[in-house]
Amino acid sequence: MTTTTTTDRSVNGDTGSRRFSILAGRDINRETYVEEWAEAGLTVADSPYDPQPSLRIVGGEVVELDGKDRADFDALDRFIADHALDLAVAEEAMATPSHQIARMLVDINVPQPTIRRLADGCTPAKLCEIVRHMNVLEMMMGLGKMRVRKTPANQAHVTNWRENPALLAADAAEAALRGFAEIETTVRVARAAPLNALAILVGSQTSRGGVLTQCAVEEAFGLRLGIKGLTSYAETLSVYGTERSFVDGDDTPWSKAFLASAYASRGIKIRFTSGTGSEALMGYAEQCSMLYLEARCLLVTKGAGSQGVQNGSISCIALPEALPGGVRGVLAENLLASMLGLECASGNDALASHSALRKTAKLMLQLIPGTDFICSGYSAIPKQDNMFGGGNFDAEDFDDWTVIQRDMRVNGGIRPVREADAVAARRQAAQALQAIYAELEFPPIGDEEVEAAALAHSSEDMPERDMVADLAAADRFLEGTANLSDVVRALHRSGFEQAASNLLEMGRQRVAGDYLQPSAIFEDGFSVISAVNDRNDYTGPGTGYRLEGETWDALQRIPQQKSPRDFIDAQVGEPLPNLAEISTAKVGASANEIVVAVGPAYGRSLVKTIGELDHEEVLEALLTGVAEEEFYGRVVRVYHSADCAAIGHAGARLSGSGIAVGLQSRGTTVIQKRGLAPLNNLELFPQSPSLTLEIYQAIGRNAARYAKGLSPLPVGVKVDNGARLRLIVKTALLHRREIEDIAEKAPQELYFRWEPDV
Amino acid sequence: MTDERKEEREDASHASNGDYPLYANRSDTLTAASGRPLRDLSLQKTLTEDISSEDYSISGETLRAQAEIARDAGYPQLAQNLERASELTAVPNETLLEMYEMLRPGRCSFEEYEALAQRLRDEFNAAATAAFVEEAATVYRERGLLRRELE
Repeated sequence: MTTTTTTDRSVNGDTGSRRFSILAGRDINRETYVEEWAEAGLTVADSPYDPQPSLRIVGGEVVELDGKDRADFDALDRFIADHALDLAVAEEAMATPSHQIARMLVDINVPQPTIRRLADGCTPAKLCEIVRHMNVLEMMMGLGKMRVRKTPANQAHVTNWRENPALLAADAAEAALRGFAEIETTVRVARAAPLNALAILVGSQTSRGGVLTQCAVEEAFGLRLGIKGLTSYAETLSVYGTERSFVDGDDTPWSKAFLASAYASRGIKIRFTSGTGSEALMGYAEQCSMLYLEARCLLVTKGAGSQGVQNGSISCIALPEALPGGVRGVLAENLLASMLGLECASGNDALASHSALRKTAKLMLQLIPGTDFICSGYSAIPKQDNMFGGGNFDAEDFDDWTVIQRDMRVNGGIRPVREADAVAARRQAAQALQAIYAELEFPPIGDEEVEAAALAHSSEDMPERDMVADLAAADRFLEGTANLSDVVRALHRSGFEQAASNLLEMGRQRVAGDYLQPSAIFEDGFSVISAVNDRNDYTGPGTGYRLEGETWDALQRIPQQKSPRDFIDAQVGEPLPNLAEISTAKVGASANEIVVAVGPAYGRSLVKTIGELDHEEVLEALLTGVAEEEFYGRVVRVYHSADCAAIGHAGARLSGSGIAVGLQSRGTTVIQKRGLAPLNNLELFPQSPSLTLEIYQAIGRNAARYAKGLSPLPVGVKVDNGARLRLIVKTALLHRREIEDIAEKAPQELYFRWEPDV
Repeated sequence: MTDERKEEREDASHASNGDYPLYANRSDTLTAASGRPLRDLSLQKTLTEDISSEDYSISGETLRAQAEIARDAGYPQLAQNLERASELTAVPNETLLEMYEMLRPGRCSFEEYEALAQRLRDEFNAAATAAFVEEAATVYRERGLLRRELE
């Protein structure tokens, strides 16, 4: 190829092309794209250095795993071999061709447990080989079936830059109202953790009992918060796919497994965190693909007895998205987690793109099949307050999300809410926290702070607090003896009985431990659902999770939705007094006449166009235009059709000059000539909302000029791209109203009591 | 939740999920880590009595019951985790945090892990966790993850 230079120049955007310069300025071109580089770990799903699947078992012990002898095992190989694999099924699983298992994932006749059983015996390389056979559509089919909990859900992030407790409580309350099953907070300043955890706990339970909450901080600190009863789950137990990354993360599979047990021993739900790209970022990818390393992470996660994982690249998402097949790779890792029976909080978390189109496209891969948590953190706050680094979807996107759910009849775990309800929930949460702060002698939360939190969008809307005093209070709270029951008592004394009862119920549920089972969440009324009692039983159409009944009613009822019944109130009216029907219309004899043929409802049951022009004034404008050319106009009403072309066609047959203007009640207009086929015409004006009286006058003028045998310049109408989008429902309803007036009746001559002023 | 779905779940729970959810099906016999019966962890009692954090902590026995449920549902590794957790309910908070710290890489010698395992067995009757620590120590020794002594 000899055109390399030209190609390079055009990529660099210096040809002077205006098209390419506009493309270069688009959001999609603010991102970084790189070629694969396996040696640096920059390859998503398929590195030439990835091991080939293999497994040898001797005397009940794995002696070879993915081409490596037991003597050469690193800590992860060892952990996977001894804890993650089901050796009873491993030989059968490894002997089953990978493409066959890939097909089972897509085959609706193969139920989830059949695939789970085989996956439990697969090595990391085997798991990768299976999903490499699949395209994204097939992976989505697999994910919909393998998701462990039948009912999908979502998780929110609630943080703010000022660490304002009243705002944290208010945002948590709104997130709970919006239906998030879990809410996660974190800190800008680590010492703020105890009070941040308290704020979202109180905020969420004030609004809706049963929301699980956590505070992402350093591992041991996180456990301390859980022990104190301030959190009910933890998910920042990070694992990595190579030994060196793991150790750099200051853990081993055994320490992480111990931590998991430590949390469970205090009744706290945990999930591990992994995801493509972390090893490459830490410099220890060992030339392997991101997917292979993630498969190792997932087997460590499973071996450690974690009930689930948040994966989908999480905070590293921009790295796979810089590479070819990155978004497919992320879906593949979600699928692998589900195949292994792990609850999957499937990413869609950190900012992954500047482009709204690209963000939404990627989201579909998890939203449509449904995952246990579509986002492992939907930023239920504005970006500048997101202390996780900025969400891919923020508070500003709530309405987009709920409309997409309504469009597709898909449950993405976020309920539409009404403004008044949200503000009430926010206010109550802030008041509840205010009461607790007063009772426990924390730095007071003022009434103006409560009110600001109720109405705020971001922490910029909040008054300043004394952060030093808050941090000191946080230290005292963590070290002191005050516990959950003190908070319950404080709430009750201050009249927040429901919140007190919900908070206590969280403690009671902790004693029962039902939410330690795979993929457990609470539905309304503290009803626990998990893989145990809400098992995903998808086997094709009509099975598995279906969005229907009360949930579908709730998700479709967005506050923006209106009743269409009164949509055309502005157009409906009483018949015009100066437009009278006199007799059946006859074919005119005069070559100087133009017929204006109107639709069945025109000036009768409908009196304005879609653009809200009075029918009377529209007729006046048309007839004025006709008169300007020294023609005269006859007005007739067509009864047999509401169609603009048919109305114009009937008018032209009656016109002495052979030229007619056809006019629908909504304002759509045609200039028609006798002899032309109904769907052919001289000029058509379909953009009725854009038509003005001046344009109608020009239409009348042109009609007369055609009658004279002239070739006038067609009337120009500006194209309004958004008109159809805005007015389509109204258009349909106006047409429906016109059709109601159709009658088996010949066109009638109308007497329009009006004289042109020319 | 619609009534039909509720019924469906209740049917399923009677069929194969044992007593799950325990909260609904075993509320009479559930007790907290402190020994306080769940039925005595009411709002009234919280307002009038001294409630410790052990009163709303899960007991070893309940964790074993949850482990059994997990195993029956096809999650053996989760079951083992919950069994280790059941043992760890006996370990005080600060000791638990210390033990986790000890298991992080480069923290302890092989002998210190042996002593930890011994302590788990003797003091806390935590045989499964002890064996897990011993296994870790063996791998740490092979993989250079023990504490590096100063030369």
